[in-house]
Amino acid sequence: MADVKKIATRDSYGNALKELGAEHDDLIVFDADLAGATKTATFQKAFPDRHFDCGIAEGNMIAAAAGAATMGLVPFASSFAMFAAGRAFEQVRNSIGYPHLNVKIGATHGGISVGEDGASHQCCEDFALMRSIPGMVVLCPSDDVEARAAVRAAYEHVGPVYLRFGRLAVPVFHQEEGFSFQIGKGEVLQEGGDVAILATGLMVNEALEAGKALKERGISARVINLCTIKPLDEELVLQAARECGRVITCEEHSVIGGLGEAVCALLSERCPTPVRRIGVNDEFGHSGPAADLLRQFGLCADHIVEVALDLCK
Amino acid sequence: MTASEKKQLMAMACKVRMGIIEGTHGAKAGHPGGSLSAAELFTYLYGKEMRVDPKNPKWEDRDRFVLSKGHTAPGLYAALALRGFFPVEDLPTLRHIGSYLQGHPNMNETPGVDMSTGSLGQGVSAAAGMALAAKYQGRDCRVYTLLGDGEIQEGEVWEAFMFAHHYKLDNLCVIIDNNGLQIDGPVDKVMSPYPIPDKLKAFGFAVAEIDGHDFDQLEAAFAQAKQTKGVPFAIVMKTTKGKGVSYMENQAGWHGKAPNDEEYKIAMDELTAQLAEVEAM
Repeated sequence: MADVKKIATRDSYGNALKELGAEHDDLIVFDADLAGATKTATFQKAFPDRHFDCGIAEGNMIAAAAGAATMGLVPFASSFAMFAAGRAFEQVRNSIGYPHLNVKIGATHGGISVGEDGASHQCCEDFALMRSIPGMVVLCPSDDVEARAAVRAAYEHVGPVYLRFGRLAVPVFHQEEGFSFQIGKGEVLQEGGDVAILATGLMVNEALEAGKALKERGISARVINLCTIKPLDEELVLQAARECGRVITCEEHSVIGGLGEAVCALLSERCPTPVRRIGVNDEFGHSGPAADLLRQFGLCADHIVEVALDLCK
Repeated sequence: MTASEKKQLMAMACKVRMGIIEGTHGAKAGHPGGSLSAAELFTYLYGKEMRVDPKNPKWEDRDRFVLSKGHTAPGLYAALALRGFFPVEDLPTLRHIGSYLQGHPNMNETPGVDMSTGSLGQGVSAAAGMALAAKYQGRDCRVYTLLGDGEIQEGEVWEAFMFAHHYKLDNLCVIIDNNGLQIDGPVDKVMSPYPIPDKLKAFGFAVAEIDGHDFDQLEAAFAQAKQTKGVPFAIVMKTTKGKGVSYMENQAGWHGKAPNDEEYKIAMDELTAQLAEVEAM
């Protein structure tokens, strides 16, 4: 792993915006005094006339982006997940979701891997909030290659999209060449038949590592990347459940309302299957280095292996 | 404006008021008070001020109107219907299942509605976003938004005002309907927003203070708005909540209550008499 390139998906976001901005002059960007951190500053540097800082006022930013979308522009509105999905939830719901406007919400600093800033800034509720809005697409890319492709797909999709990016540099495991991304489609990264590990965001790489470790222990795990949390790739999940008979979900999010619950809702109705949810267990995070926090909260390959071994007993 | 133009607008305002009563009576719910206080404003916008085309409601270069105080949809719907966006006969379907006239404006269902609103404070932000977009796109269209005086208690409104001034949105015209009453009572008893013009000036707006029931003053204020460059414009209009229906005037209780059959008849009789008076002018 030592020679694997690591990039934070927030950097991918900034780079993708800049690339797309060169192709489409209807793409504009809003930020709320966090351009340096969300990396929309990368776009701002290239296109200063269509990057609009809204100051520390996320509610206004989201509804202003909605207004701009009614004029035929494609606004990307950015802040930390805590403020984009949390503080401005009602603006997202009423001014973007209800009129189904073509706004993309680029939310960075999702999950506890925010690290040292602590619980106030570690948003583990954004999937739950955004999933609950009718017509909202929810994406959480796993690495640089997928993140840049997801930004492009979000631009091309007509309608509201919520994208969650991370602060922490994470391994780039996708190959650029031949990579294709489609909203609503999951990706089987490792074939297997004993247990299905469904992961999103930075947990996908952990799931891959766990899959390899399990193989050494004689357990064949199917590792699936679900970048699109909504709409869920139901067929892929159902097939995995039917063929593996055991499911583990992994997300850097509360076990309430996120990928785990989406999978459980689907399986309990259409293919009852034993499921274990790995996520943040209804508690707040705290300050600390991201890598230590992820281990402490069980958001790591070792813990996935543990849970899989227990489930496969 | 000519005397006949003014007479036409006054007659339209009476008809907007009738539409408000028809709508809220048909719905057995809704918000007549704040709709009636803004009847002249709705009339002036759709009867004279705004560049719109009822045959082509989504025309890209039209002027935009965002009803930030979305609960006064009955007033907006009446003006849109009278301007020809949809049949006046549909107004009583307000809030009915299957009607395109939702309790609060829905841009995807109602021809002529430029933004879905209802949650107070958000419409003005959307209007500011539209004005910003129009500038970026080089469109010469103007954006108008109407807020209630209670609505400006929402913090987001002041975020939007900062934004409008920061980005020099002189194509944005904010109108505040200062009828002095909100659901729980007089605005200055509930949570005083006063002094409104001074606050707007402090936020960088050019401000006109007018009687919101006087078409000459509306005309002068909107003309001043168009001439103002480099800063956003605000019109603070003093109005009477429930204006035009005797028993509704200045009664907070008529903020969100529909007239029953008897009250409906009294209101329509009063408004019919007012219309006849205007037409006899």
